[in-house]
Amino acid sequence: MINPIASETLIEIIYFVASALFVLSLKWMISPVTAKRGVRAGEIGMLLAIAGTLLHHGIVDYKWIAIALTLGTIIGIPLGKVHMTAVPQRTALSHAFGSLCVTLVGTVEFYLRAPHVPPFMMSVLSAEVILGGLTFTGSLMAAGKLQEILPQRPITYKGQNIVNLSLLAVSAGLAVYLVNHPGATYLFPLMVGIPLIFGVMMIIPIGGADMPTVISLLNSYAGLSAAAMGFVLNSKLLIIAGALDGSSGFILSVIMSKAMNRSFTNVLFGAFGQVQPAAAAGQEEKTVRSATAEEAAQILSAANKVVIVPGYGMAVAQAQHKVRELYDALTKRGVDVKFAIHPVAGRMPGHMNVLLAEADIPYDRLHDMDEINGDFPQTDVALIIGANDVTNPAARTDASSPIFGMPILDVDKARTVMVIKRGMSPGFAGIDNPLYYFDRTLMLFGDAKAFVGNIVRELSGGSGH
Amino acid sequence: MPTNLIDGLFVFMLAGFIGFEVIRKISPLLHTPLMSLTNALDAIAVVGAIVLVGEGKSTFATVLGTIAIVAATSNIVGGFLITERMLSMFKTSRPSKP
Repeated sequence: MINPIASETLIEIIYFVASALFVLSLKWMISPVTAKRGVRAGEIGMLLAIAGTLLHHGIVDYKWIAIALTLGTIIGIPLGKVHMTAVPQRTALSHAFGSLCVTLVGTVEFYLRAPHVPPFMMSVLSAEVILGGLTFTGSLMAAGKLQEILPQRPITYKGQNIVNLSLLAVSAGLAVYLVNHPGATYLFPLMVGIPLIFGVMMIIPIGGADMPTVISLLNSYAGLSAAAMGFVLNSKLLIIAGALDGSSGFILSVIMSKAMNRSFTNVLFGAFGQVQPAAAAGQEEKTVRSATAEEAAQILSAANKVVIVPGYGMAVAQAQHKVRELYDALTKRGVDVKFAIHPVAGRMPGHMNVLLAEADIPYDRLHDMDEINGDFPQTDVALIIGANDVTNPAARTDASSPIFGMPILDVDKARTVMVIKRGMSPGFAGIDNPLYYFDRTLMLFGDAKAFVGNIVRELSGGSGH
Repeated sequence: MPTNLIDGLFVFMLAGFIGFEVIRKISPLLHTPLMSLTNALDAIAVVGAIVLVGEGKSTFATVLGTIAIVAATSNIVGGFLITERMLSMFKTSRPSKP
C-alpha cells in the first residue's frame, strides 16, 4: 500500500486533471460538433475524481460506498432515458438530488466538527446548508409543477412576500448566531429546516410560464451550494465545479428573464399569473380570417421563404414529427424553410431546440430570435404553431399591455402570417393578440398535429405540378 | 482566516470568471444539454460523501452520507446519459464539414 502522504499527493494531482477536464468539457459545449467530446471530457474527469477519492487513506470501509454507487447508478439510468418533453422536470429533479447531497454532507460535517467550528468555516457551512436546503425543496416543487402533479397556476396570498422574507431572515439570523456560538448545536436543525420550508414557499407563487427562469436560478443555487461545500471540505475541485455550475445557471437565468422582460425580483415576487384585466379592455367584435389546410398548402407551396415559429403548444400536441414532414415536403419543393426559436419557447432554456432536433430537423435550420428577426420582412409566410405571447406585437406597441417591452419574434412583418390554433383563447398571460386580426393573418383552426398533417397531405397530393 | 480558505476564495473567483466567459459564448441551441452537463459535473460533490461514508466516524455520518452518494451518483449517471442522448439528436443538413 502507498503511504498516506504519497497517496494524498496523487489524489490532488488527479483532482487537478479532473478540474482541467471539467473546464474543457464546458468549453467544448460551444458547438454541436465538439459537444460530444465535451461530454467525454466530463465523464473522464468524473471517473478519475471518483477513482482518486477511493484511494483516500482515511477510507476504511467500502461496503456502503459500493452499495450507494450501485443504487445511484440504478436510479440514474432511467433518469437519463426520459422523454425529451420531460427533460425540464428531470432537470429540476436533478437539482433537487444535487442539493440534497450537499445539504446532507454539510449536516454531517457540522455535527462531526461541533462545537469547534471556526467562524469562516461556520459561515460557509451555513451557506452550504441554507442554499442546499432551499434548492432541494424548491426544485422538488418546480419538478412537481412541470410534471403537472402540482397546480401550474401561481398560488398567492396576502403578505406572502413578508412571510417568505421573514423565513429567510430567521435562518440567516440563526446562521449568524451559530457563527458566533458554534456550540449551540440544537439550533442547527432549525437552520436547515427553515430553508426547506422557504424552498416550498418560494415556488408556490410562481406560474408555469416562469419555469425557464426558475429552473435556471435553482441551477445556479445548486452550483453555489456545491462551491460552499468545497470551502468546507477544502476541495478546490468542488469549488471549481460549483463556481462553473453557479455561473452557468446565473447566465441562463439572466437570458431567460431578459427574454420575458422581467427582473429576478419580479419573477420571484411578481406572481405573473395575476395580471389579467388588460384582456377585458377591448371586447368589441373583431373579425378574423380563417383558412383550410388546402388553402394553407397552396400559399406555402407558392412561397420562397417560410419561417416556422414553434411554441410549447406544438410540443404539447406532439406535432413536432408532423412539422418535420412539412419541413421535408416544402424543402423538396425548393422552399427555404427556417425555424424561429424564442428563448422561452420551451419549458427550460434551449428546450425547443432539443424537441425539434429530436424530430430530426437539422440544427442549422434553427435560429434564435436575434438571428432571425431581420429576416421576417423578406419572409413570404410566417407559420406559427402553438406559440402566442412571443409573437404578440402589443409587446412592441401597446404600453398598457402586461407584456409590453418583452422581446418578441417580428412575425407581423412577414407578407403572410398563418397561425395554427385550437380556438381564440388567449395565452398564459390572458392577453389578446392583435396579430390575429391583421388583414395578412390567416387563422388555421384545429389541433396542431392534425392540421399540419393535413397540410402535408395536401402538399404531397398536389406534388405533380 | 486560514490560508487554505483564502486560496479557496481565489480559486472560486477565477473559476467563476472562466465560467462566465466560457458559458456566455454557448449558443441557445445547446442550453438544455449545457444544463444537464453542468448538473452532472456538479455532482462531483459525491467525493465529499464518499470520504464521509468511508471514514465511518458515526452511524449518522454513514446513513446520511450513503443517501448523499445515491443522490449524487444518480445525477452523474443520468446527467451524462441524457446529455449524450440529446447531443446525438443534433444533426446538420449540410454535408459533413471539412
